[in-house]
Amino acid sequence: MTLIPVSRAMTGGRRPGQRAAAPAQRRAGTRTYVLLGIIAAVSAFPLYWSLVAASNDNSAAGSWPPKLLPGTHLWANLQQAYTQANFGLALLNSIIVATLITVCVVLTSTLAGFAFAKLRFRGSNALLGILLVTMMVPAQLGIIPLYIMMSQWLGWTGHLQAVIVPAATSAFGVFLVRQYLSDALPTALLEAGRMDGCSTHRLYWHVVLPAARPVAAVLALFTFMNAWNDFFWPLLALGQGNPTTQVALSTLAGGYYMDYSLVLAGTLISTAPVLLVFLFLGKQIIGGIMQGAVKA
Amino acid sequence: MAVLTPSSVLRRRRNTIRATDNRWSQLRHRFDLSGTPYLYIAPFFVAFGVFGLFPLLYTGWMAITQWNRDIPGSEHTFVGLGNFARLVHDDYFWNALRNTAAIGVLGTVPQLLLAMWIAHLLQRKMRGRTLLRMGVLLPNITSVAAVGLIFAQLFGRDLGLINWGLSLVGIDKVDWQSGTWQSWVALGVILTWRWTGYNSLIYLAALQAVSDDLYEAADLDGASQFQKFRTITVPALRPTIIFSVIMSTIGTIQLFTEPLMFNPGMSPTGGDSRQFQTLAMYVYEQFWTHGKYSYAATVSWAMFMIIVLAVGANYLLSRRIRSSS
Repeated sequence: MTLIPVSRAMTGGRRPGQRAAAPAQRRAGTRTYVLLGIIAAVSAFPLYWSLVAASNDNSAAGSWPPKLLPGTHLWANLQQAYTQANFGLALLNSIIVATLITVCVVLTSTLAGFAFAKLRFRGSNALLGILLVTMMVPAQLGIIPLYIMMSQWLGWTGHLQAVIVPAATSAFGVFLVRQYLSDALPTALLEAGRMDGCSTHRLYWHVVLPAARPVAAVLALFTFMNAWNDFFWPLLALGQGNPTTQVALSTLAGGYYMDYSLVLAGTLISTAPVLLVFLFLGKQIIGGIMQGAVKA
Repeated sequence: MAVLTPSSVLRRRRNTIRATDNRWSQLRHRFDLSGTPYLYIAPFFVAFGVFGLFPLLYTGWMAITQWNRDIPGSEHTFVGLGNFARLVHDDYFWNALRNTAAIGVLGTVPQLLLAMWIAHLLQRKMRGRTLLRMGVLLPNITSVAAVGLIFAQLFGRDLGLINWGLSLVGIDKVDWQSGTWQSWVALGVILTWRWTGYNSLIYLAALQAVSDDLYEAADLDGASQFQKFRTITVPALRPTIIFSVIMSTIGTIQLFTEPLMFNPGMSPTGGDSRQFQTLAMYVYEQFWTHGKYSYAATVSWAMFMIIVLAVGANYLLSRRIRSSS
């Protein structure tokens, strides 16, 4: 999993958190609505279709022409997929993993981001440079030694910490918070705190964290979704014995004989939590992508 | 119990306490200013060193040994550049590289063009704007594993919905999984579906900086939609396009889950004749299926070099484009 920043130059020099001065934008014509409607429909269709397949029984998967309307077997398929792929444990694991990763990333990113944005220390520029380079290096390339480390040296394979600990910090997160705080947190506020005898810890806790709340929320959202959707590393590090949701989903598809309605019921189970988050916080997620940008 | 102490002693003691107190708090204050920053950045750098940098360097180390899971002690056998010599003559490696490149091009070029067009459309003032943007982004938040499985069904040869749609317009059944270019196209479609909306939002953000006057002036000149798109939108997006091309390149070189899930039975060979085995799948096959740790590390390292080359080429190319315009 890598996270990718879009520097401010690329978002048109707009500061994060600052609203675009909305110019008198041109109104959309009917044609625009129709085109965008089609695009949104194409975007949503595969998910709709997996709902269709998951709500019909498996014989429907063999019908020609294919069924396009939901059937009545949704609950039964969900239940069967749930027990067959051990989704109970998997969902619990995913919640633990994604939550802990999110908390750790937000904490470590706000700490380091604050230091890089507002504290003076020797070597800060060079260290920030190193941080920027590390963002470009895909972690996936070191996955073999990481596995050996986890399995042979630490004995963590099969345990959740094998997935949590390597993901507990994020270069992208540090950079994102740094960019935000450089602009959004007035240095005068910190100096006033210092005059009042605040230690750096207290400044972090009482001044920086509240000021960083918007960027921390966006970072938390994306970290959670990425951790939830991650597949390659949990597959290696946890395996089928103690799976996350995505790994459990793959067990449904692993055999040579596939029960399609079960597999697609599984995709619904594994996607539903993130879909719910998206439904409620979609606006913030879109704002996050457009402000400082993020990606899995 | 009250103890009588001469007041001078008391005073002296109080003074020494205050002095050490002062020194202590000064020390603490100095550390707070010069040490705390390092304390704050330490978690990131320590974790990156252990779980990021070290594995990467160790991959290079493994590549010059002959480490095999099934041969104890084999990690101490050094072969120098032997693995790389083998890699150069490894047809499966070149096959995986070719597949990755083909899928990458098919999945990136139409995607970015489409994303620009969608950004152009989304830029306008409209009702239900958030809803439409959410609709466009929906594919990106769906888990990759689920996406791969859903599309594997949609692209099914005999009963898949896409072949059914094609049959309606008189096109014969396409074997999306067994065919070489067919599977490339199918995976290109999956990548396009998943990433277009995301990139269009990135482009949209960049477009917010473009003055509306430009479009209005073009309207006065009677420019068509497409002319406005080509002469205003695309040039304004140039730096962002370069960025997204580089990011898409890095992403597609590591492509793994989509093709793995696209294959019935989830075999890492990417089809019976390895028609859509990507580089990352080849690493996984060598590592996981065959236990050839060193050789898998060699392929990983080659991937790293390819990424560096590709990003460098992108960068040079984009600089040339920028300076010529």
